[in-house]
Amino acid sequence: MNAASECDKVLLVQAELDGELGAAEAAALVAHRMQCPICEAAAAELARARALIGEGLYQAMPEDARARMMAQIGAQQARAGVTDSSLAAPSPAWGLAAWRRWWSSAASFGLGGACAAALALLVLLPGRPNLADDVVAGHIRALQPGHLEDVASTDQHTVKPWFDGRIDFAPPVKDLAAQRFPLRGGRLDYIAGRPVAALVYQRDKHLIDLFVWPAVESAAQPAEPTEGHGYNVVHWTQDGMALWAVSDLEARQLREFAEDWRRSP
Amino acid sequence: MLPHLDAAYNLARWLMRDAAAAEDVVQEAILRALTYFSSFRGVNPRAWLLQIVRNAAYASKSLDRGVQFAPLGEPGEAGTMAAEDLVSEADDPEAVLIKLRGDQQVRELIAALPVELREPLILRELEELSYKEIAEISHIPIGTVMSRLFRARRLLVQAAAASEAP
Repeated sequence: MNAASECDKVLLVQAELDGELGAAEAAALVAHRMQCPICEAAAAELARARALIGEGLYQAMPEDARARMMAQIGAQQARAGVTDSSLAAPSPAWGLAAWRRWWSSAASFGLGGACAAALALLVLLPGRPNLADDVVAGHIRALQPGHLEDVASTDQHTVKPWFDGRIDFAPPVKDLAAQRFPLRGGRLDYIAGRPVAALVYQRDKHLIDLFVWPAVESAAQPAEPTEGHGYNVVHWTQDGMALWAVSDLEARQLREFAEDWRRSP
Repeated sequence: MLPHLDAAYNLARWLMRDAAAAEDVVQEAILRALTYFSSFRGVNPRAWLLQIVRNAAYASKSLDRGVQFAPLGEPGEAGTMAAEDLVSEADDPEAVLIKLRGDQQVRELIAALPVELREPLILRELEELSYKEIAEISHIPIGTVMSRLFRARRLLVQAAAASEAP
């Protein structure tokens, strides 16, 4: 243990890498790192550690394990006397009203064999219906199989014309592949009773829905992300359009997406 | 569409280091989650579920708290490495990285970390949770999250470099 070769600021170097430092702290740290070889070495080491850990290490639940578990839980709940089997697993095509109806039933634990539905409630919390809720609900609906994109293309010049004639405005379509948010496609959606354009982006395994419709208020910077149902939501207006980004991406990255999108030509 | 179920399994699988044990832990956690869901008042259901998974894992008899094998040689010297060692450890980090690209090898190195270091590493790098969320899930102060995460990363890099040595 050599005290001269340790520096108590290495944890701050790490915090910066993890996006946990405020702007002032980060600026102070830059000054320190210029004259601290220990912190410089630690930064390189931490970057190496991060480079080692890729998405491929994520251990998603295998299908067979999932099926076994659903069956087990179903059996346990049946034994526990929960017998309401009228709740079938939700079909992908259900509407918002059905969703809310289903949710209130599920929350009262009339779960029966619909364990898949029961687990889905973990991502859905009751709340006052508002625009952010609608946006999150739209995102969740879209995540049902086959509902994500009506037009699947990474080419903005394919996605943008697709909306012609389908919607009463021309949504701005940008590809952010250079910022590591590649465009996946688009679809029509309905938010707050009006048709809107939904653009689908991706960051690693996370999907981002960007809902666009003509704004009524004036231009504004992206607000701090808010959270609903375990999803993060960022809202801003730009060039006369209201934009709502929603994703299970962490708040910091979703904000980065919003900033990149706003700045992109 | 059950993203949290994958998260639950990912954490359980990494903590238990065994597929069957992970499955048991997830099942136990989901049953608890369904039982207590009506009392959930937080804002992040994924972190809440992961906390239940973590508790179920630690309650499991199958959880091996020890080190699976020691890739570093000397036990006990971990975490007290001097700065000189850091810079000289891997003369050519690029070559090291390329050779290590195989996730399988990294998987084994992470699995070899003690569980209290593996846990924050997985929660941060694969579940992308904040220090605060990790602190709540693991029932430890944020400062401890930071120091454990640092040790975990340092050990991982050193083990990767060591496994390159003849």
